[in-house]
Amino acid sequence: MSIKIGTKTYADRIQEGIDNTFMRHAVSSAQGRFRTGRLKAAEELGDWEDWRTLGEEIRTHTMENLDYYLYQLSEQVEKRGGTVFFAETAEEANTYVQKVAEEKQARKVVKSKSMVTEEIGLNEALEKSGCEVVESDLGEWILQLDEDPPSHIVTPALHKNKSQIRETFVKKKGYTKTDDPEELAAFAREQLRQDFLEADIGVTGCNFAVAESGTVTLVTNEGNARMVSTLPDTQIAVMGMERIVPTWEELEVLVSLLTRAAVGQKLTSYITSLTGTRLENEVDGPEDFHLVIVDNGRSKILGTEFQSALHCIRCAACINVCPVYRHVGGHSYNSIYPGPIGAVLTPLLDGYEDHKELPYASSLCAACTEACPVKIPLHEHLIRHREIIVEKEQKTTKAERLAMTGFAQWASTPAAYKLSTKMAGTVLKPWTKDGSIKNGPGPMKAWTAARDFPAPAKKSFRTWFDEREKRREKDDRL
Amino acid sequence: MTVYNRERFLDQLAGQLGRDRRTSAERPAYSVQPQERVFQGADQDQLLEKLKEQCKIIHTNCLVTTADELGETLRHVWDEDHIQNIVSAGGPRLEAYGLSDIYETMRQDGYHVHVWDEQEGRKNVTTAEKAGAGIVFSDVTLAESGTVTLFNDRWNGRSISLLPETFVAVIPKSTLVPRMTQAARIIHEQEKKGVPVSSCVSFITGPSNSADIEMNLIVGVHGPVKATYIVVDDM
Ligand code: SF4
Repeated sequence: MSIKIGTKTYADRIQEGIDNTFMRHAVSSAQGRFRTGRLKAAEELGDWEDWRTLGEEIRTHTMENLDYYLYQLSEQVEKRGGTVFFAETAEEANTYVQKVAEEKQARKVVKSKSMVTEEIGLNEALEKSGCEVVESDLGEWILQLDEDPPSHIVTPALHKNKSQIRETFVKKKGYTKTDDPEELAAFAREQLRQDFLEADIGVTGCNFAVAESGTVTLVTNEGNARMVSTLPDTQIAVMGMERIVPTWEELEVLVSLLTRAAVGQKLTSYITSLTGTRLENEVDGPEDFHLVIVDNGRSKILGTEFQSALHCIRCAACINVCPVYRHVGGHSYNSIYPGPIGAVLTPLLDGYEDHKELPYASSLCAACTEACPVKIPLHEHLIRHREIIVEKEQKTTKAERLAMTGFAQWASTPAAYKLSTKMAGTVLKPWTKDGSIKNGPGPMKAWTAARDFPAPAKKSFRTWFDEREKRREKDDRL
Repeated sequence: MTVYNRERFLDQLAGQLGRDRRTSAERPAYSVQPQERVFQGADQDQLLEKLKEQCKIIHTNCLVTTADELGETLRHVWDEDHIQNIVSAGGPRLEAYGLSDIYETMRQDGYHVHVWDEQEGRKNVTTAEKAGAGIVFSDVTLAESGTVTLFNDRWNGRSISLLPETFVAVIPKSTLVPRMTQAARIIHEQEKKGVPVSSCVSFITGPSNSADIEMNLIVGVHGPVKATYIVVDDM
């Protein structure tokens, strides 16, 4: 796969998206759950606006000094026994990984979820070298068995329902049980355990590299990234060049922003920070570690008015609030990066030519910008894209332009929006057990103001703490 | 152990940024620091309360015990799930908590307790794969998120907390801190002093899970299916 996921016209994709009722319900219910989770988490964190400001400042500083931090990172990785390969293009990255695989005479490669390896088409390259490539993230594994592209960057198989998944398991893997999600997951666990134990190479992405120590950090829930970096003797981590922070102090801030904005969790089950090869006396973890740092068009965004698009931490918050995404689904964007960030990033990475409609896949309602944990002005970037497209020889046909803007306008009417938030309010949040939310803090205030969320009964820590202190003082006096 | 294509690549970045290559960077004084305010001034008891509360959300059983009772508590956790095969992290903390003796007694009672032993190499991993429970000691415990931080090393293999179905973390109460901020600071300060970070730092929050099938929460995917924290009062 590359950044582009097919050859169908944009209009066809949107029609397919709209016709797919399950997908539309799934997307809108997921959006609701993600959003509720994110707001609750943001509220619990308190000072959400301060957190966003801090996130923005960190990202801005890092991008402005990117050459230095990447230098420091590569020095540190080398010091810790790793090899670093800077790849200007997808081909360079793939060729390097192929070379490592060939040297290792690797037959099986297990992967944990990584957008950048999708973007550069690493799986196809490895398969060409005769490797069996196994995606181990549950959603990615389902898509791989079904030869289907992802439709969301956090839950990639969002568009599939459980009976479709069961059918895939039956057909491709001889599964015999029901479509109960727990049973389906247990089957995947059992099947993939063997793959982890047999694999010669583990390939991971990288959520954040830490320059000061040469560390690659992975943010996951399922535990597959830990498998991939624990069991095979060789590990290859592939990172987009912008996925870096100066020190551990910035790391923890961005991890907190990512987990809260992405899934509403305080932290995901596993935050795994890997530095170089395993040490002498250590038994598991890789003895050979490679870090591939990928440009693939990113550097052209540096120093331009779109630079802040590189601040993206891939949390999908903008996707989860987007009324256009809600109705057309992820595949319509014809890019592995869907939603508002996809509409901003894809033309920058892959050119306007194939993606000239994307900047129109937005109602410019600015919900994305308000949701973004690192304050990327997404809708302003979209407006700039449109201006550039118009300036540059009227690339869009009038019909397409009308279809998209008309749709986007409808999707963002208060009625359409209300309908979907209403649905969202009734579904359970997957990761947070209890409680509902009161008026959203900063990011969603404009949207949530229209709805009555039951106020949370729980005391804030501060109040609890103060009350406790008071009680104590009283006790002391007695 | 080489770095390929670096100069060309970084020159290109500097060029795009419209300046010469930088050989150092000063971290700015950030204008806000909300992370410092979380549970500021809370003592260990208050942090423990926060941890217990958070454990309810992350599907994790949280027990509090004393060093003397640790053996009984562990036995209780294993018996509850009929676990016979156990793999445990080793090192100085084993003695500090009297676990060597506890494990010895348990072996006599028919449990198979394997303590991670670098001399046995890869065999440790195979043993961990077959074990029903893995026991580790938390190095830093984050109250806010209910997270156990492991500095994996020769005594604490990565597999122990990953392969068995039940994950058991022994948490010295003294290791509780408000949130990830404090754990990150410890590592950052060490790095500055030239003490390199562990090859693997694992921040573990409850059992593994996924929402990849119709957004249903599934607890227990590739990693542990069950998680139990045992807080030991060491203060
Ligand atoms: S643009 Fe912002 S909200 Fe969208 S995925 Fe990136 S970081 Fe998240």
